[in-house]
Amino acid sequence: MLLKLVPVSTNIRFIDYRKFAYVLSILMIIGSFWLYFSKGLNYGIDFEGGIMIEIGTEGPADIGAIRSVMSGLKMGDVKVQEFGAPNDVLIRLEHQEGLTVDEVVEKVRDALPNAVKGEISYRRTETVGSTVSGELIADGIMAVVLAIGAVLVYIWFRFEWQFSTGAVIALIHDVILTIGMFSITGLEFNLSTIAAILTIVGYSLNDTVVVYDRIRENLRKFRKMPMVDLLTLSINDTLSRTVMTSVTTLIALSSLFFLGGEGLHGFSAAMIWGVFVGTYSSIFIAAPVLLWVELQRETYDDAEETNMEVLPPK
Amino acid sequence: MLNFPRWKIIMITLLSFMGIMAAVPNFLTEDQLKNYPDFLPYKQVTLGLDLQGGVHLLMEADLTEVKKEKLESKRADIRDALRAEKIVLRSSIRNNAIHFKLTDNSQTEKALSVIEDTVEMIGGSLTGIGIADIEYDVEAGGVIVVRLTEEGLIIHSDEVITQSIEVIRRRIDGMGTTEPNIQKQGTGRILVQVPGFDDPQKLKEIIGKTAKLSFQLVNSAIGPLDRIPPGNERFPMAESERRPGAPESIVVSRRKILTGENLVDAGLGYDQDNRPVVSFRFDRIGGKKFADVTRKNVNRQFAIILDGTVISAPNIQSPILSGAGIITGNFTIETASDLGLLLRAGALPARLTVVEERTVGPDLGADNIEAGKIAAVIGLLAVMVYIVLSYGVFGLVANFALMINIGLILGILSTLGATLTMPGVAGIVLTVGMAVDANVLIFERIREEFRKGKAALSALDTGYNKAFSTIIDANVTTFIAALILFQFGSGPIKGFAVTLAIGIVTSMFTAVSMSRMIISFWAVRKRPTTLKI
Repeated sequence: MLLKLVPVSTNIRFIDYRKFAYVLSILMIIGSFWLYFSKGLNYGIDFEGGIMIEIGTEGPADIGAIRSVMSGLKMGDVKVQEFGAPNDVLIRLEHQEGLTVDEVVEKVRDALPNAVKGEISYRRTETVGSTVSGELIADGIMAVVLAIGAVLVYIWFRFEWQFSTGAVIALIHDVILTIGMFSITGLEFNLSTIAAILTIVGYSLNDTVVVYDRIRENLRKFRKMPMVDLLTLSINDTLSRTVMTSVTTLIALSSLFFLGGEGLHGFSAAMIWGVFVGTYSSIFIAAPVLLWVELQRETYDDAEETNMEVLPPK
Repeated sequence: MLNFPRWKIIMITLLSFMGIMAAVPNFLTEDQLKNYPDFLPYKQVTLGLDLQGGVHLLMEADLTEVKKEKLESKRADIRDALRAEKIVLRSSIRNNAIHFKLTDNSQTEKALSVIEDTVEMIGGSLTGIGIADIEYDVEAGGVIVVRLTEEGLIIHSDEVITQSIEVIRRRIDGMGTTEPNIQKQGTGRILVQVPGFDDPQKLKEIIGKTAKLSFQLVNSAIGPLDRIPPGNERFPMAESERRPGAPESIVVSRRKILTGENLVDAGLGYDQDNRPVVSFRFDRIGGKKFADVTRKNVNRQFAIILDGTVISAPNIQSPILSGAGIITGNFTIETASDLGLLLRAGALPARLTVVEERTVGPDLGADNIEAGKIAAVIGLLAVMVYIVLSYGVFGLVANFALMINIGLILGILSTLGATLTMPGVAGIVLTVGMAVDANVLIFERIREEFRKGKAALSALDTGYNKAFSTIIDANVTTFIAALILFQFGSGPIKGFAVTLAIGIVTSMFTAVSMSRMIISFWAVRKRPTTLKI
């Protein structure tokens, strides 16, 4: 007997719950904006610029003691946090006026033995200037906007412009909620996070495209069926695939999240959230949006059909 | 569906085989790799800084300095050209422009034609037509104003950066460490990453020094407090060369006897007292010139100037005819061989400053790579178990395709010599999760068709055909996103995009062509009447 998370045949009236989903999504979007503007994001060094020093201590480190020693140096806002293990500490400092990076690191090295017993190993130091950060942000935003734009053009060509509208709304929805997730959890927002957000964009689109593909097919097959029923049918047709793919991706990502070490934490957290949000938005946002933008159903006459289909390799 | 043409079978098998062979070296130890036959692919995936530790430096070239130097040299060229035509003038540089004031304004026409001749067409190697490096105009009072063109300056800056990258590469190669990654970044920036290296200070010393070397005669008649006569300049003595009572600076003739460009070799040597020195050899022209000058100036002092500091000021005791020499000073073995390396590699055409610096200790790298490896393997196994539980025999085929897929990704990354970073690993694991999607789409479709009452073989056929259009759309969408990320992203985003893009291509190949081929073999043999899916 094979494992089936979803029964072979389902008829769940997803589309009937759309009003509820809209309210939920709008609330979450407002919440994300509110969090972003009030709490903000925990920007990594890529974005903020500054000096980052990671140390390893012999025993568990006393974060409080390190923090008080650091603030004793009078170097402005200092962030001290545990990094993965209790004997791994990350210290982040602002750039200091009139001091070179090496001088700052030297001061930290001189002061740390007052707060840490035993050997201290300096695992890495990173410095990023604030001008660099500006460029990185601009680069990141540019990449996101262009990627979304290119993908939309593709969907427009392969489907109809109405589908593009639905896909872009679902996509922006997912990106906003992901940023909201980063704000609420305080996970570090760095360049890898941008890579994760862009993958979420890709994953969400992938999911949306699969549902849309079935909608397009059913539009040709059932030309008289009311739109609400047709969307419901299409979502149910693809449901077992949607669940199967989400679960496999989640399995792979959970492994990264729980076992992949600190370096992959933020990335896999973003992706796991992205899989949930992306799946939700394909079903509850991208599909119902097609009800607002009236599809030209005459387009799906038989005559058009041959042109629409990609022929499989012979 | 069932009839797979022979050429296609051969193609699929051959491609997979080649991919796997290219991936094999990654699983060999260094010793095994040494005894590995030459005709097989031997390249391994280079691990990024985050995976094996190393130093990352982002250097910025001082482009204002580059512009200033370009203006100075242009001014000298034009002035010489005008003087050769007996045009008397005064020149100055103000507001990024060269101003020429002719004594006799009736010569303006002639001067302009001389200036026109000094215009150089630069760049344009593709179009064949270069871009003028300067533009000129006659302004109020008959002053001729020469400016550098925007486009010309951009081309010139690009050349400076390209040359700098060359010099940096030679210097780092000279240190004998692993393959550095040196890239141009934006305008005027150079990214230097040296994996497996954990001494940023040393790296900065090696690549941060301009290493402009010159040999100039000392004007010993002028004391440290005297006014510097025209045609001379003053340089401080290097701290290690300062003697109590001796002047802290030295005045030399502006004329450079020779520069670092005339060196063909330099390195660590020892003097007669067995103290470390830097020995060097001039090229043929340099050697001859050096012989001439030393012959004419016996018993005078000359200065060896490095980046604006006198590092040595020996007396010429006898003419040096061999074209070789040594630089003595307070060197240790390390500083002497470092300076030798710098001189060998040549001078940087512009001053570089560090704007970004990252050091990842190797122990953090080890932690990271170990955790990443374990996570990837466990994730993969879990996914495979889940697939078999869900699809039975079909799941086994999908898993086989998945293994080949991973082999192909590694093989392609090795062949490309790509650098694998943590986001890259994440990209691979993600493709593993998503590669399954193509098979899932196909299997779900087969299941659906079979349930509708189609015969088993016909359900297989329709399943593959119908799922194909969906797979294409879904994968092309993600592929486009990956391409854009590669084009416009930087650093980690790029690494991620590379593995994602490669992963999409290989998973399309394995999930569609390969799994289809295996299933069709199975169907031909078994002729199934029912499908357990």
